[in-house]
Amino acid sequence: MALFEARELHLRFGDRVVLENVSLSFEAGRLSGIMGPNGAGKTTCFNVLTGRYRPDRGRVVLEGRDITGRSPQEIARLGVARSFQLMTLFDEFSVFENIAVAVPATRRRGHDPIGQAYADPVLIRDVHEILESVGLADRTDRPAKELPYGARRALEIGVALACKPKLLFLDEPTAGLGSDGRARLADLVRKLKGDLTIVIIEHDMEFLFSLADEISVIHWGQVIARGTPAELKANPWVEASNLGRLN
Amino acid sequence: MAASRKVPTFTAGMLVCWLLFATVPLWIGRIGLYQYLGIEILIFAIYALAFNLVLGHAGLPSFGHGAFFGLGAYAFGLAQFNLLPNLWVCLAVAVLSAGLAGALVALFISHRRGIYYALMTIAFGQVFWFIAIKAHSITGGEDGLLKIERLPVTLGIATFEIKEHVGLYYFVLAIFIAVSLLLWRIVHSPFGRVVKAIKQNETRARFVGYDVWRYKAAVLVISAALSGLAGGLFSMAQASAFPDVMSLHYSGYVVMMTLVGGGLVSFWGPVVGAIAFFLARDVIGALTTGWMLWFGLFFVTLVLFKPEGIAGMFASAANRQSKSGGPASLPNPQPQAR
Repeated sequence: MALFEARELHLRFGDRVVLENVSLSFEAGRLSGIMGPNGAGKTTCFNVLTGRYRPDRGRVVLEGRDITGRSPQEIARLGVARSFQLMTLFDEFSVFENIAVAVPATRRRGHDPIGQAYADPVLIRDVHEILESVGLADRTDRPAKELPYGARRALEIGVALACKPKLLFLDEPTAGLGSDGRARLADLVRKLKGDLTIVIIEHDMEFLFSLADEISVIHWGQVIARGTPAELKANPWVEASNLGRLN
Repeated sequence: MAASRKVPTFTAGMLVCWLLFATVPLWIGRIGLYQYLGIEILIFAIYALAFNLVLGHAGLPSFGHGAFFGLGAYAFGLAQFNLLPNLWVCLAVAVLSAGLAGALVALFISHRRGIYYALMTIAFGQVFWFIAIKAHSITGGEDGLLKIERLPVTLGIATFEIKEHVGLYYFVLAIFIAVSLLLWRIVHSPFGRVVKAIKQNETRARFVGYDVWRYKAAVLVISAALSGLAGGLFSMAQASAFPDVMSLHYSGYVVMMTLVGGGLVSFWGPVVGAIAFFLARDVIGALTTGWMLWFGLFFVTLVLFKPEGIAGMFASAANRQSKSGGPASLPNPQPQAR
């Protein structure tokens, strides 16, 4: 059984069909990619899977449990974390606190209006481990807004990791990064791969082909192809889609 | 680096501040001011601190907070007349009724933010103000609720009278200290940090698993309850309760105090702002009846050129000094609202 499944999702905004009969399934421990041109419905699809939008039809299933229409916070608490294409950090907070406020240990104490927020050494160690994994352990006390772009991208993933997810959705993690940044990010994702089930939306074919076990191609709100990188390379539709030559 | 990140219960700066406040009755008369002013300043400092929990810490623009302050004042008076003339009971009633009103308002507005939140709070503020004016048989309408007594402070076997201004001043100071300690703890607690995270990025907070609505509602309830406490104290100070504190322009005053003082960057900003506001009223007010014009101009200038307020000015001055290798700065008496 797949860890996470989308079954026949349909969604329209007004009279525009954004998702049409989209079915996806993500196996535990694998890295899946979602590819497609701008406006194909990739991010919308993420938004449905993580609870931001409710689909008009179809089901979202996590570990055999129907979570269609649940709120983002409920889905997050069930172990599904995501990053955003447009950076969404807690800009005034330090790097440390961006992670610390997102870990489940803090979330469980969120109703406590009197106690110390970050005094627990276990929590502090945990936060440092996460920061180390995303390569930010040397700047814990810098405000997030002062970080260079690449480091902010890494922190964006760090905040999602802080939720201790079973399933991690990354929405265009390489957006705005140069080739160095991409290489570093690919290393990070490779490290996370295996421990976690990961789904990545990506424009950059090279990036995705080098990492993913399996890729789905979305175009016109539909899944037009699905397979391993090798299979997709042989599929003429895929390249045409990605180059915007499919009309 | 992995050292404990405990936040102290209070700081040296806070202690100095409180001691300074404790000496006020000794010299306020000598500098041409009067005892009652000290009471007013402290009550509005409590009110502004409570208000800043919503504006500065949660980033929720509430422009109808006067409703909670005024409700606290009426509740204190009504409890005294109809329930039991005991200070603690009356203050508890003030806190509870303002908190309840806060909860009612929160039910309708906690899914909003920004300008929509602001407009809804104005609307609710006006509703409460209107009720206070029209419910003549309960509130006395525009004539106000008169003859509210300054009830004695009973502490076990000891009882203190606070009928004199100085006595009331020290009682209000004690409440001010308690409230500032409480709020200091709240903003540094897990709850407070989550609220601060929500202020910066509601979407992200939701996607790491926080039920944003509940936090926004809770923060308004706490703020409203403490505003009601300030209102209850104010009704004792004035020996009466009037609807004017619930009006839109009075609600605006507390916003002004908080912003002028620097509530957006400093925990103590609202206190600084309350002091600045009342000093401006009395000092400029002694020279011209149009003091509000001058204070308003000051407010506009500040918002244009130094939106972090007076506390922000101090902070950047201290920063410049430490950067230019000047003398090591003293422990900052206005710890940043981190």
